[in-house]
Amino acid sequence: MLSMTNVSKVFRTDLIETHALRNFSLEVKAGEFLAVTGPSGSGKTTFLNIAGLLEPYESGSYKLDGIEVTDLSDDARSKLRNEKIGFIFQSFNLMPDLNVYDNIDVPLRYRRMKAAERHERITNALEIVGLAARMKHIPAQLSGGQQQRVAIARAIAGDPKLIMADEPTGNLDSLMARQVMDLLEKINGMGTTVIMVTHDPELARRAHRNVQVVDGQITDFKPYEVRGATPATASMGA
Amino acid sequence: MFGYYMQLALASFRRNPGLTSLMIFAIALGIAVCMITLTSYRAAANNPAGERGEILFSPSLDSWDPENAYDKDDKSLAPNQLTYRDAKALYASEIPDRKIITYKTGDIYTRPDKGMDPHYIGTRMTSRDFFAMFEVPFLHGGPWDAKADEGPEPVIVLSKEENEKAFGGENSVGKTLFWKGREFRVVGVLDHWEPMPKYFDVNNGAFQDMEGAYVPFAWGPILELGSHGNTNCWKTEIIDSFQAFLNSECIWFSAWVELRTADKQQAFKEFMDNYVIDQKKHGRFPRPLNNYLYDVDGWMKRNKVVQDDNKAMLIMAFAFLAVCLVNTVGLLLAKFLNAAPIAGVRRALGASRRDIFWQHLTESGVVALAGGIVGGILGVLGIWALRAWYGRFVEEATRVLPFDEKNFVIVVAIAVCAGLLAGLYPAWRIGRAAPASYLKVQ
Repeated sequence: MLSMTNVSKVFRTDLIETHALRNFSLEVKAGEFLAVTGPSGSGKTTFLNIAGLLEPYESGSYKLDGIEVTDLSDDARSKLRNEKIGFIFQSFNLMPDLNVYDNIDVPLRYRRMKAAERHERITNALEIVGLAARMKHIPAQLSGGQQQRVAIARAIAGDPKLIMADEPTGNLDSLMARQVMDLLEKINGMGTTVIMVTHDPELARRAHRNVQVVDGQITDFKPYEVRGATPATASMGA
Repeated sequence: MFGYYMQLALASFRRNPGLTSLMIFAIALGIAVCMITLTSYRAAANNPAGERGEILFSPSLDSWDPENAYDKDDKSLAPNQLTYRDAKALYASEIPDRKIITYKTGDIYTRPDKGMDPHYIGTRMTSRDFFAMFEVPFLHGGPWDAKADEGPEPVIVLSKEENEKAFGGENSVGKTLFWKGREFRVVGVLDHWEPMPKYFDVNNGAFQDMEGAYVPFAWGPILELGSHGNTNCWKTEIIDSFQAFLNSECIWFSAWVELRTADKQQAFKEFMDNYVIDQKKHGRFPRPLNNYLYDVDGWMKRNKVVQDDNKAMLIMAFAFLAVCLVNTVGLLLAKFLNAAPIAGVRRALGASRRDIFWQHLTESGVVALAGGIVGGILGVLGIWALRAWYGRFVEEATRVLPFDEKNFVIVVAIAVCAGLLAGLYPAWRIGRAAPASYLKVQ
């Protein structure tokens, strides 16, 4: 599903260079649930942004679902992102003046889908996250857990092959965090690959596989707990 | 996607009504000021002769003082009026297709049957070609014939407005008026006619009222009718009779000729020069040969019908619009960058830079559309206010070049174009923003 080989990313200012990723290599197979852990500033989010085609990188190779993305135009990257990837953020990133229905509608709009198909996908996604009754609510009228479930509905509405979750439970209490994790596992169980960045070792343990990022490189390879998923491999950065 | 972008634009307005109103008002104010200034400018710069302005010419001969140029600001200019002798000499030429000499006078008119109160009517002394040359519309009757010019015959053409005063607006052709102790027969009544500027007599004021009556020129010397317009003299002369006045170097006449071909225009110019060279032999025209043959545009420029102030005002109005647009650029930039985290999320959800650019450019266009509509309404109100202050002047300008639905659409289209232009940079900036930097802090 995802294959990064020797990917490097440097952030530059006038005074300093920060190597966010150094020869980062990782493979994630289709249907896998991968947890990426590591201390703050280790490069987890940079990895997620590059993997999500939101950020360019200096060198290396990155294939998403078999497509080499390095030289793709912005339009092609955006299309690929829209069709293949669903994002879930720590702070939900819902649009405050759009209701639940319209928030979920956003990625479908950029896919230029017809209204009827969009409606079907939105209602299905809301059924999956259990918020069908709240489609006319605006985010401010929902609890944190409900907002994150809306974000999950938005991520899955386009039926992506890959879900990228950046600290998806970071702003939630333990009960709601558990509900969100249950949902992610449910989505993964439906065949969608999930990559989750987290600080929480408890949550990481619920993934098939756990990789740790330190100083822009994968430093640890923990055996995944097989829960019926296809085994995957991770390679150390060179 | 355009419909979706429109929805997003309206949602954005609801989110920031104050800022949006400010932008709309900035564009509206710039558009309104431009509209009002442009209306007043085009009133002054309008060429009411249209295409005929290219074949109508006003001759100008430098008969002035050898020691002092006629125009102290531009010494190359010849006087803008003619002496009686020179006007008559030019009128005698057979080269023009049509020709007139003319001046402005006036006096008290009455009706023989005492059916009207005696009152002053500004009167233009001219010849029959006047009506054809300047395409004067008639309501009743028509111009007098060539014989009436030569006689002269006591005939008169009334303006629509004077006909209403004298005869209650009825067809008065064949009826008579008393003027200067003589009975004049009405041969024609004009329809409303008020070219702006009054290009055939700009030296008496390009925006003066039209005359109420038109009488054959030859009655001027017979009835000893002096000018009710500008008269300028430079030479110390003994003027002890009207005839002496006519023979003096004082200028108070205008001449116009219609010359339909370049050959005729050249020939008439040569005729003017030859006439002056000949007159020099008789001790006249002491200045160097300096004659001009102006078409209508040239005549209005020569007489500075469009004042430099008008041009400066127009430039300032457009500069003001530019300032308004620059302010709008700033406001749009502030608004868009403030919403950059949302654009970042949209990028993460699949929007391309192009999508984000067009979304925000659409928002700029909608702001500009609203600004154009509000500006158009403000502009119309402003023009009404101008009418209230300057009345006929602006009214005539808006009649000649009416501010109708079509022009309103043009103004709104200009506003939209200007708004889109103003929105280009902010939309481009927001489109280029790196989405990843906003996703953690949104």
